[in-house]
Amino acid sequence: MAVAAKILRSELDQKAWNAVCDVPDPEVPVLTIEDLGVLRDVHVQADGSVQVTITPTYTGCPAMSMFAFDIEAALLNAGFDKVEVKTVLNPAWTTDWLSEKAREKLRAYGIAPPNGKASRRALFGEEQVHCPKCNSANTSRISEFGSTACKALYRCNDCSEPFDYFKCI
Amino acid sequence: MKDPALFTYCMRLADDSAILSQRLSEWCGHASHLEEDIALTNVALDLIGHARELYTYAGQIEGKGRDEDALCFHRVEREFTNLLLVEQPNDDFAYAIMRQFLFSAFMHPFWEAMMKSEDELLAGLAAKAEKEAAYHLRHSAEWVIRLGDGTEESHNRVSDALEFLWMYTGEMFECDEVVSSLVAKGIAVDPMSIKHLWDETVNTVLVRANLERPTESWMQTGGRKGEHSEHLGHILSPMQYLQRSFPQAQW
Repeated sequence: MAVAAKILRSELDQKAWNAVCDVPDPEVPVLTIEDLGVLRDVHVQADGSVQVTITPTYTGCPAMSMFAFDIEAALLNAGFDKVEVKTVLNPAWTTDWLSEKAREKLRAYGIAPPNGKASRRALFGEEQVHCPKCNSANTSRISEFGSTACKALYRCNDCSEPFDYFKCI
Repeated sequence: MKDPALFTYCMRLADDSAILSQRLSEWCGHASHLEEDIALTNVALDLIGHARELYTYAGQIEGKGRDEDALCFHRVEREFTNLLLVEQPNDDFAYAIMRQFLFSAFMHPFWEAMMKSEDELLAGLAAKAEKEAAYHLRHSAEWVIRLGDGTEESHNRVSDALEFLWMYTGEMFECDEVVSSLVAKGIAVDPMSIKHLWDETVNTVLVRANLERPTESWMQTGGRKGEHSEHLGHILSPMQYLQRSFPQAQW
């Protein structure tokens, strides 16, 4: 019985996960909360309520309340009417959690994906960022901070395209 | 209250972040160019994030039901315990950049050290804040160099900013009973343990910026005890206006 209950619960968890995993990032709509790694855990409790755990990309990320709202709506649509969205900071989100698929989606959308491993950089370390349009490495940084907390502004010196770079953290 | 020292410590850090964030937000729509406008408000946003976590945590430690908004918007000037450095006005872009640089050069190693804190929330927040502070430091340091090594005008302005703000840097390294009792428990960061890192960053950047490090002299202090410059009241009045006029207002 205990085993059956466990399987049942995990199926329910999976159903709830499936209901929320496609919630898009309001600022980078090609990415879902699953792609981003913002969605950490979905658990259906004994009383039928769902506890969803998310983590912010940046501590001040204004999209967090939007995520919570969209998650509740998605679960309501899937028949779960009691939802609690919990935000955790630990472990700290890192761009290393972005899947290869997510990086490809970003590139296709015109945003240069973050470089490799989030490594410790020197104070003035320069990153080599490739243009998402023409793939040239001959790019220059316009600003360390872009339209959202997670992006920086770059320009391609070959094709002249200005673009966002998803910062490596 | 189960841990008054931890409450005080978190409130100090929260106030530093909240007040500097408010100062930076004053640049919104006024910065030298669009990219810089966005950059300064992005830094402000990160700092709001830190302040929110810290106020919320402090409210839980206090256990009197005060939430982040109550702690940020329903306290008076003398109850704020931020560093005097962060409340200094935006007289000039060079002042804002120098203030940010002197603060971030401290906060980056501070959060890095805090990652090893015995306090789970502070360690978790530190792991995020450290990455953000690295960007704040890089951004402000690049500007200090660009201004210091720029025209005669920009050099003079950033040099004045350094001379003026220097007397507020000593306060970052003060270690009173609140800090030392938490350092002994492995919770707080001993500010003197990161002094050499701050010195190293400041010296490296000032050399590259053709700026002279001011000689060590008398340091202004008092922020941690609620003794502020006249500027704090002028920050709080627009910042708290709405919550004071319409307490508990939500939208």
